[in-house]
Amino acid sequence: MSKIVVMTSGKGGVGKTTSAAAFAAGLAQRGHKTVVVDFDVGLRNLDLVMGCERRVVFDFVNVINGEARLNQALIKDKRIDNLFILPTSQTRDKDALSREGVGEALEKLKDEFEYVICDSPAGIEKGAVMALYYADEAVIVTNPEVSSVRDSDRILGVLQSKSKRAEENREPVKEHLLLTRYDLDRVERGEMMAVDDVLDILAIRLLGVVPEDQAVLRASNLGQPVILDGTSTPGQSYRDAVSRFLGEEIPHRFTRREKRGVFQRLFRRTA
Amino acid sequence: MMIVDIPAEGDPLAGVETKLRQAPSFFDGAPVVLDLLAVADDARVDLIDIVARLREMGLIPIGVQNGGDRQNATALAAGLCPFPIWRSGRQRPERESDSNGEHDDQELAEPQPASGAKSQDGQREATAPPKRDGTPALLVTRPVRSGKRLYARDGDLVAAAPVSAGAELIADGHIHVYGPLRGRALAGVRGDETARIFCQSLEAELVSIAGAYRVREDIDEALIGKPVQIFLKGEQLVIDPLVRTPK
Repeated sequence: MSKIVVMTSGKGGVGKTTSAAAFAAGLAQRGHKTVVVDFDVGLRNLDLVMGCERRVVFDFVNVINGEARLNQALIKDKRIDNLFILPTSQTRDKDALSREGVGEALEKLKDEFEYVICDSPAGIEKGAVMALYYADEAVIVTNPEVSSVRDSDRILGVLQSKSKRAEENREPVKEHLLLTRYDLDRVERGEMMAVDDVLDILAIRLLGVVPEDQAVLRASNLGQPVILDGTSTPGQSYRDAVSRFLGEEIPHRFTRREKRGVFQRLFRRTA
Repeated sequence: MMIVDIPAEGDPLAGVETKLRQAPSFFDGAPVVLDLLAVADDARVDLIDIVARLREMGLIPIGVQNGGDRQNATALAAGLCPFPIWRSGRQRPERESDSNGEHDDQELAEPQPASGAKSQDGQREATAPPKRDGTPALLVTRPVRSGKRLYARDGDLVAAAPVSAGAELIADGHIHVYGPLRGRALAGVRGDETARIFCQSLEAELVSIAGAYRVREDIDEALIGKPVQIFLKGEQLVIDPLVRTPK
């Protein structure tokens, strides 16, 4: 059964596109046929982060308008099997998205893919609502600071009132929290909200905590989803998050300082 | 909803301006009813000008009350609804007689029964005081998210989940929150002064009973995070811990 998953946040610049790219790549690595769709019409970024900007011919808006077939617009990732990208238009704006057009395109994608990841634009206006309207599940990308948390709270409200599932009174959209740009030093200094504080306010399931790390910027500049960098902490934490999304129980990492002494480590090894 | 008394003398909107200075964003977009009791059919009062000024202040004038026939006609022509008599439990003569000195401006906002019930409720508010007998409570079990506004008409509102900052709970009756109350809660918005607010953890941005309100800044820090009940005692808004810590 294929699923539509929206990456959303309300606030901009929190890491939606990075997370959508990483998540889609992670699901594909795990053998699930996945497509990641850029809903940020007019501010096309996903193709850059995925490193396929030189291969864009047709886009999502062309498909919606019937100017191109889906298969003409889909770009196959060169690194990972099962991974496809549907870029958006840079020259149009959000008005190019119609509810029916988006619905039809997503229906077709659902026929072909196990996971359709929708990379939402910021805000709670048309573009963001279009991205979440058809969602079955939502990954709320949040930074550990008050404005981001409040905007996430707002977008959760929008999800539960404006999505198709809400309108049809079906089982609500399943919500997951991805806490990104988590800086343990700043949390300890009291400059940033701790995981528990965020969970206390948002009260949804924690999918993962992604540490603030240079690797993310490096990966974007290279056009490589950061999850492919398995040596980096963000790469590892996105892998964990994907596993949790697929139903595995994994303890959270990177949320507190490792304080194990030599003795404890030895003890653990031998035990 | 905000009722503005137009005084017989002086700038008709001086009171509103003071209020807006105290809480600028709270009244943003609030529906306003002009009370013309003191100036009924006084030709010096320029309704059209007052309405234009209110709109400039970001308020939404929706009607007049206690006006004379000519004023009512002007109001209608200006797209305002002339309400017969306001019956939201606020009885001006009484209030004037018993507010001798002990009225605490810090605690009690004066002429502003609840901002909550918005314009579409204007008309029915004008008709009758709420009758709450037999109306089932509005129950919500999912978190009330920022930006969400819930209104329990004629009855109580029960939230068995957290209420986020930026959310608004409005009820004609009581409000119960079994979880942290971080948004706004306005009980008794149609004038029921016996309405109360109960919550498990008080972290609200604003609480109000029958128009008397208090913002977070004016709530005693010692009560924050505590289970409390909030009610009106005379004109005083009282916030009482539900569990008293033994001394």
